[in-house]
Amino acid sequence: MTALLEIEGLTKHFGGVLANDNVSFGVAEGEILGLLGPNGAGKTTLFNCITGFLRPDRGRVRFAGVDVTGRSASRLARDGLVRTFQIVRVFPDLSALENVVIGALLRHGRVSAARRRALEVLEDVGLAARSNVRARDLTTAERKRLEVARALATDPRALLLDEAMSGLNPREVAEAVALVRRLRERGVTIVLVEHVLEVVMPLADRVVVLQEGRAIADATPAAVSRDPAVIEAYLGPQFIERA
Amino acid sequence: MSVVPRPGLPVIALVAAALVYPLAFGSPAAINVGVLILLFAALGTAWNLLGGYAGQISFGHAVFFGIGAYTSTVLLKEAGLSPWLGMLAGAALAALAAVLLGVPTFRLAGHYFAIATIVIGEIAHTVVRNLDAIGGARGLFLPILPTSLVNYQFHNSRLPYYGIAFGLYALALAATLMVERRRIGYYLRAIREDPTASRSVGVSVLQYKLAAAALSAALTAICGTFYAQYVLFIDSDSVFPLSLSILIALTAILGGAGRAYGPLLGAGVLVPLSEITRIAFGGTGRGADLVIYGALIVLISVAQPGGIAALGDALRRRLPQPA
Amino acid sequence: MEIVAQTVASGVLLGLILALSAAGLTLIWGVMDIVNFAHGDFLMLGMYASFFAWAVLGLDPLLALPGVVAALGLFGVVVYLGVIRPVLRGSVLAQIFATFGLGILLRGVAQFVFTADYRQIGDTMATGSFAVGPVHLGLPQTIAALGALIVSGLLFALLDRTTVGTALRATAEDRRAAELMGIDTRRMFALAWAVGAGCVGAAAGLLAIYFPIFPDVGAVFGLLAFVTVALGGFGSVGGAMLAGVLIGVVTSVAGLIFDPAYKFTVAYLLYLVVLVIRPQGLLGRA
Repeated sequence: MTALLEIEGLTKHFGGVLANDNVSFGVAEGEILGLLGPNGAGKTTLFNCITGFLRPDRGRVRFAGVDVTGRSASRLARDGLVRTFQIVRVFPDLSALENVVIGALLRHGRVSAARRRALEVLEDVGLAARSNVRARDLTTAERKRLEVARALATDPRALLLDEAMSGLNPREVAEAVALVRRLRERGVTIVLVEHVLEVVMPLADRVVVLQEGRAIADATPAAVSRDPAVIEAYLGPQFIERA
Repeated sequence: MSVVPRPGLPVIALVAAALVYPLAFGSPAAINVGVLILLFAALGTAWNLLGGYAGQISFGHAVFFGIGAYTSTVLLKEAGLSPWLGMLAGAALAALAAVLLGVPTFRLAGHYFAIATIVIGEIAHTVVRNLDAIGGARGLFLPILPTSLVNYQFHNSRLPYYGIAFGLYALALAATLMVERRRIGYYLRAIREDPTASRSVGVSVLQYKLAAAALSAALTAICGTFYAQYVLFIDSDSVFPLSLSILIALTAILGGAGRAYGPLLGAGVLVPLSEITRIAFGGTGRGADLVIYGALIVLISVAQPGGIAALGDALRRRLPQPA
Repeated sequence: MEIVAQTVASGVLLGLILALSAAGLTLIWGVMDIVNFAHGDFLMLGMYASFFAWAVLGLDPLLALPGVVAALGLFGVVVYLGVIRPVLRGSVLAQIFATFGLGILLRGVAQFVFTADYRQIGDTMATGSFAVGPVHLGLPQTIAALGALIVSGLLFALLDRTTVGTALRATAEDRRAAELMGIDTRRMFALAWAVGAGCVGAAAGLLAIYFPIFPDVGAVFGLLAFVTVALGGFGSVGGAMLAGVLIGVVTSVAGLIFDPAYKFTVAYLLYLVVLVIRPQGLLGRA
């Protein structure tokens, strides 16, 4: 299976800290990959390096077979590689519809066509009823969904979601999980950054675990949950014997 | 600032008011005030493209005004070039300057960018004042030519100037309305709200800022040429000063930055205010207009950053709505 | 050769005063990330205060200095409470306009109340000039510069040696952390305005000894202060001081090499170059 997204030896120093240390993994087309690790493991920095918000010190990023290392974020979005943010960044004073239109404008030059696409996407994520509400007036969960909708409107091949589930109550999490599954059915490849295991494990096809900048595991959720190195990273060495 | 305005009513009202004004107030002084209101409305609208929509606050727009005024005037005097063609040359030059200046400065955040624009403006002001090749401190007198549209000079009445000024405002307004409802308008607003998020969905931030800057500069330069043809004398102190840059920004801010009709409202308040204080206190008004401007800006920033237009909205919301 | 030494010397003298005024600006900037666009007009007010203390009360500007510093410091707090605090919650746009509008207002008031006439303080304790080797230094300029040096020293002592100063620096470095340490950051903001404006007041009172006073005097000094702060590094008081002297010398020498009309233009160009090449300035944080 050809990998849609390939990370090779990615290394990034960040303010004196080695945030990413020779990280390598691949994401197959149509896969849902979970990127796990305790806080400070380097997940968001990795995202930033992959999606053009930071330049890696060493290593390569390949997307659809093309070396895209160091390409700008806007160029990558045009190539089909889009991310959302850990702290949600919607356009606060624009309506939900306008937010998504801005995403749709990437593929539809005319505003009328972009609006139609935007309405479709809003329908998909269940925000159609809130189209004309200003983004700053939406709930946190709605804003997270709006950000995903905006990213979706760009018709991405791969979507990188940075902690899309944090701050949501259990019902909202369930809705978000259902949404991710629906996206996969559409053929969107998804990489999820999470630090909550219960959400990612049932959802992901494969999981990569980061600890202190290094990838310490790359396998199916089941295998990873039994991996002693992972257990030690998350729960501490005293739990190893109990595994 | 979410709803894209439909043309229709406001435009009709505008044209009607513009037609009625000179009929109602025919004196040369009144026409002059009308010309100034329209000129500043046009300047403010041009500024608004960059400042209100893209969110890049420039306190150096007089540079483009000056480029327009000097380019057409120098070409007229040295090469006998029609001021209309000179106007186009000035617009092109200003757009180029905007792009060249924008590339290094657009990555500066709010405050730092504003200061950079002030500095650039002051450099231009000083340099032109000392360039004797184009008049230096003495300035340039435009050759007096027979009244005609081709010559862009009218000596018997100010009405033609009034008409052209209205045309300038209409041009700037049309550009704004077109930008507003097309992709560039949406992208500019996105950039203003959150450049990082904009990048994540494919917006080339620098490219769009430069486009807004070039358009804004070109429109401003066209107004500069108009000024030269209207007053028939230009010098660095009248077309490049910081006070002019501030006034231009002010018409948009006061009226409501980011709203298509904001600058017209702003000009409609500021120009008469300036005239009134000048009449009341003589000479340059002894700073009374500055006191009022300054107080207005502070009040608006503190109480209602959206300007007069936002005040209008807020008031409308307070009024009883139709059942 | 003597001319160069002379030029550099007078540049240093003016530069020290510029440094002090820039220190005030950068302090506010560093502590709360607010650019006081009315900075130059604060200087203008201080100069007028000094002038009227001399004209009406017969006070020598050096004697009036503490009063001017206190008056400007108080004014700074008033501005913080009345104008700045309300716009802190607003957008950057609103913040820019607020101090900008204040500057225009102050200039307008000065023009209206004092008229545009140039004022100058007449005979003071400091008159005449003296020679240091081949260089002749004006006594007023030298005393003003020495005064600036002393006040700057006091500022450093305040920031470096006192608890309050450390609290200010902590707030500038990391507001959140400072709050967690129990520092009342709002009080720090008011204090930053008091001390910052006070510095400007000191610079103004010293400058007024020999410099003409008129409503627009703040325009050029204000802009030069921004240039100085940018060159020294936003938020760095030490940087502002270093840059102030540098800018003083640069403008002085530029006036010698090029047409004096371009003296400030050179400084402005320097600012633009620094902005592009090293945006954080000489001593600023990256």
